[in-house]
Amino acid sequence: MAEEVVLLDFWPSPFGMRSRIALAEKGIKYEHKEEDLRNKSALLLQMNPVHKKIPVLIHNGKPVCESLIQVQYIDEVWHDKAPLLPSDPYQKATARFWADYVDKKIYEVGGRVWKTKGEKQATAKKELIETLKLLEKELGDKPYFGGESLGYVDVAFIPFYSWFYALEKCGNFSIEAECPKLIAWAKRCMQKESVAKSLPDQQKVYDFILEMKKHFGIE
Amino acid sequence: MAKSDAEVKVLGTWASPFVMRVRIALNIKSVAYEFLQERLWEGKSELLLKSNPVHRKVPVLIHGDDTICESLIIVQYIDEVWPSAPILPSDPHERATARFWAAYLDDKWFPSLRAIGMAEGEDARKAAIGQVEEGLMLLEEAFGKCSQGQAFFGKDQIGYLDITFGCFLGWLRVTEKMSGIKLLNEINTPALLKWANRFCNDAAVKDVMPETEKLAEFAKMLRGRVRATPTS
Repeated sequence: MAEEVVLLDFWPSPFGMRSRIALAEKGIKYEHKEEDLRNKSALLLQMNPVHKKIPVLIHNGKPVCESLIQVQYIDEVWHDKAPLLPSDPYQKATARFWADYVDKKIYEVGGRVWKTKGEKQATAKKELIETLKLLEKELGDKPYFGGESLGYVDVAFIPFYSWFYALEKCGNFSIEAECPKLIAWAKRCMQKESVAKSLPDQQKVYDFILEMKKHFGIE
Repeated sequence: MAKSDAEVKVLGTWASPFVMRVRIALNIKSVAYEFLQERLWEGKSELLLKSNPVHRKVPVLIHGDDTICESLIIVQYIDEVWPSAPILPSDPHERATARFWAAYLDDKWFPSLRAIGMAEGEDARKAAIGQVEEGLMLLEEAFGKCSQGQAFFGKDQIGYLDITFGCFLGWLRVTEKMSGIKLLNEINTPALLKWANRFCNDAAVKDVMPETEKLAEFAKMLRGRVRATPTS
């Protein structure tokens, strides 16, 4: 049976980017459907009735929701090419831990950087740098979190790099100045076609954030 | 020595549903372990702070020289190191579904359950109860689809989703007792009501599921403590 793979997505979503990268790493052909989140499609509401959120991966008509669950699913189904999770259980647990850490921290803290001002923003910036420094420490001297090749944590984390420029402009700070090794890692990831093709242009993301700020009445 | 033969320790507390998940998983695999009880109200032990410097939370699994944190990550680790009596389904889509509902339980449902106890005012309480009940209806439907007519989410034996959800039953029962509302009931959640009894009576669960009375007392003590101390 021919495999039918569809991804319901929204271009600036770091969560959507994760699945885009995983699919590209495995060389899977799929149909990319861009959603208008102010006017969600019937398909999206049908495939993700619980959360009504993107991304949704639809494989032969069956939905998989939640980006990290999708990445694991993709890794398990198309297991013979470019493995993302290690095979050793302890290394796998470690990869899951750090991907979970990225999930718990980056989006929420990053969100506070562009959504707030003054003291709240200063606190958010400090927290973001602390979070990034901890991840930088975990990376250590490895080229990727996955070791010699792109792995689960790299896929989970690299999408947020496309938001760094916007966060830096909104917060008036430099992430590279604080975390040079992390930026070096990010640029290394961007050299991979699967990543470069999946991440939007940083200026475009910044323009999108500015629109969102206007929309929410944030200066 | 095979990794699976190395010493196993669980750092945790008797009341934590997250810790319970780890103990059930080890019981399913018939793996012996030492249970190191944290007395969290006396301050976190050095071992806990050393083993989980990032989150400083229980449970922590110490297996030989390795430490693993986060209950669901630990459960999956246990499933992979000791492959007999599998906890996760083998089919990738069924695995994704089990993971989906586990994430829903942790990220949405359990926080809404806790919100009932912390609600200030009748309107807030009603809203919190409504959210929990809605969630239970979704889970009742999910049970139908996952169990396919069998006893558990994991079909003929308890699996990942049974463990994830089942560990919240203690706190669910405490909430029912304190609010006077049967959240799991014959009308809205008949299948889950029966499943809950089966789960609590399972050999791997019986000895680690705390008694509702004991938990209720503990909840009262916690609430008293929370109201007495200023929030930091």
